[in-house]
Order: sequence, then C-alpha cells, then structure tokens
Amino acid sequence: MEAVLFAITAVLGVAGGVGVIAARQPVHSALGLLLALLSLAVDYLLLDAQFVAVLQVIIYAGAIVVLFVFIIMLLRATGDAPRARTAVPPRAAAALGAVLAAALLAAALTVRTEPGGVGADYGTVEQVGRALFGPYALPFEAASIVLVVGMIGAVALGKRAQAIAVAPARAAPGVRAQDAPASRLAAGGAGEPEG
Amino acid sequence: MPAPLYLSLSAVLFALGTVGVLVRRSALIVFMSVELMLNAVNLTFVTFARLRGGVDGQVLVFFVLVVAAAEVVIGLAIIVNIFRARETVDVDDVDLLRG
Repeated sequence: MEAVLFAITAVLGVAGGVGVIAARQPVHSALGLLLALLSLAVDYLLLDAQFVAVLQVIIYAGAIVVLFVFIIMLLRATGDAPRARTAVPPRAAAALGAVLAAALLAAALTVRTEPGGVGADYGTVEQVGRALFGPYALPFEAASIVLVVGMIGAVALGKRAQAIAVAPARAAPGVRAQDAPASRLAAGGAGEPEG
Repeated sequence: MPAPLYLSLSAVLFALGTVGVLVRRSALIVFMSVELMLNAVNLTFVTFARLRGGVDGQVLVFFVLVVAAAEVVIGLAIIVNIFRARETVDVDDVDLLRG
C-alpha cells in the first residue's frame, strides 16, 4: 500500500516538476508546481509527518501558489519570448541537470539506515509544537521577525514602486518605460564618470 | 519505508529545479523552480527526521517554510516592480548591472 502510494506520488511529483520547467504558459507552470507540492504533501504523510503535510497544503499549495497565480494574472505574463541565443544553451543545462541528478542519486543510494519504529504521536502538532516552543523558541521568535519584515518590505515595495524601480528611466525626462534600451543607454551615459 | 527512494525523488526534483533556473528566462518561472528546489530539500529533511526518529528535521522544514513565504512575498513584489519599470519579466533583459 505504502509502496503504491509512493510510486503514484513520485510519478506525479516528477511530472509536476517537468511541467514547471517545460510549460509554455506560466499558469501551466503554476499548476505543475501545485501538483508537485500536493504529491510531496502525501509523501510527508507517508513519512509520518502530519504537521508538515498540513503546513505544506495550507502554506505552499494554498498561499504561495495562489500568490503566483495572482501575479501571473496581474502581469498578464506570457511564456518566454523566442530568442536566437539564450544565456545557457538548453542542451548544456539538461546535461548539467543530469550530472547533478546522478551525483545526488548516488549519494541518496548510499543511505543504509533503516528507519526504526516511532510512537503514535510522532510528527503530530503537539510533538512538533513542543519542540518549536521548547528548544527552538528563539529561532521561532526570529522566524516571526522574518515574517513581519517580509510583510513590511512587501508593502514598502508596493507603495514606492515608481520611486524605486523607475529611477533610471525617470532620470531622462520624457523617456517612457517602453523605450527600455534607450533609457538604459541614457542611464549608463549619465552614470559614467566624466574624466 | 525505504529511505533511499524518498531521497531519490528529492534528488530528481532538485535537479529539475536547477534545470528550470538555468533554461527559463521568465523571472516568474525561475522563481517557481527555486520553490521546487526548496521543496526537494524539505523532503530530504523530513526523510532524515523519520530515519532518526526525532522531529528536529520537521522543525527545520517549518523554518524553511517561513523563509520561503517571506522570500516569495518580497521576490514577487520586486518582479512586479521590474515589470512596471520595464514591461518585461525576462531575466535576460534586466542587465543594468552587466559590466
């Protein structure tokens, strides 16, 4: 039963991962990411990590993917523009990925430890919560600070979007955002030292 | 529950994420690939936590989740700003820092 479930989630997870990097439409990439995240949540359940599985569904599949979809909608993003030359040739990237996967797989297959039995309360909210508020209380507080700073940063970036991001383009009056190359040239010229 | 199987799935997902970061030019999809890599590492954490019989790995996954959430919020805000300024989210077009 467990092996069957793992096989299904592994196939779905890898399919989702391939979907993320191969889909032409960003929305399809987001859906592939959702598929991979949900199958990973099932894997967490198989590994007796109920709390992490629930977090995975709520935070990743719920919040983060929805945020991605919102941004895709907001930007009306389309796929990559066709281009003659890319920074990294796809073949080279695929070869690199294959080498990386082979190295990681070789390392993974050296693990010989067999998992022992765990109590019925392993991985429950109570057990992880006790660890979080016991030995990990200080990192937990730091995590809350990280979240608050992230929130404030997002609000600040959203409010001052024009002031921050358009600074080089605004340096030359009359330059529209659409004339990106021209504004880039103008910004580069203005930035160079005179002598 | 053979641990190498879970670790192998994690390895494949991590490699897929790396290829995505390298080949895709849309900043959004590069970002999604990074999320995929983070999740591959989370699976490794949970697998080793189960192997050791402790919950320390699961606590680490919690912290990775927190940092990933903050990172996505800030990163997407930056992407939106770049789009407002340049009408593109193509990472090859945003090269002001190129020497």
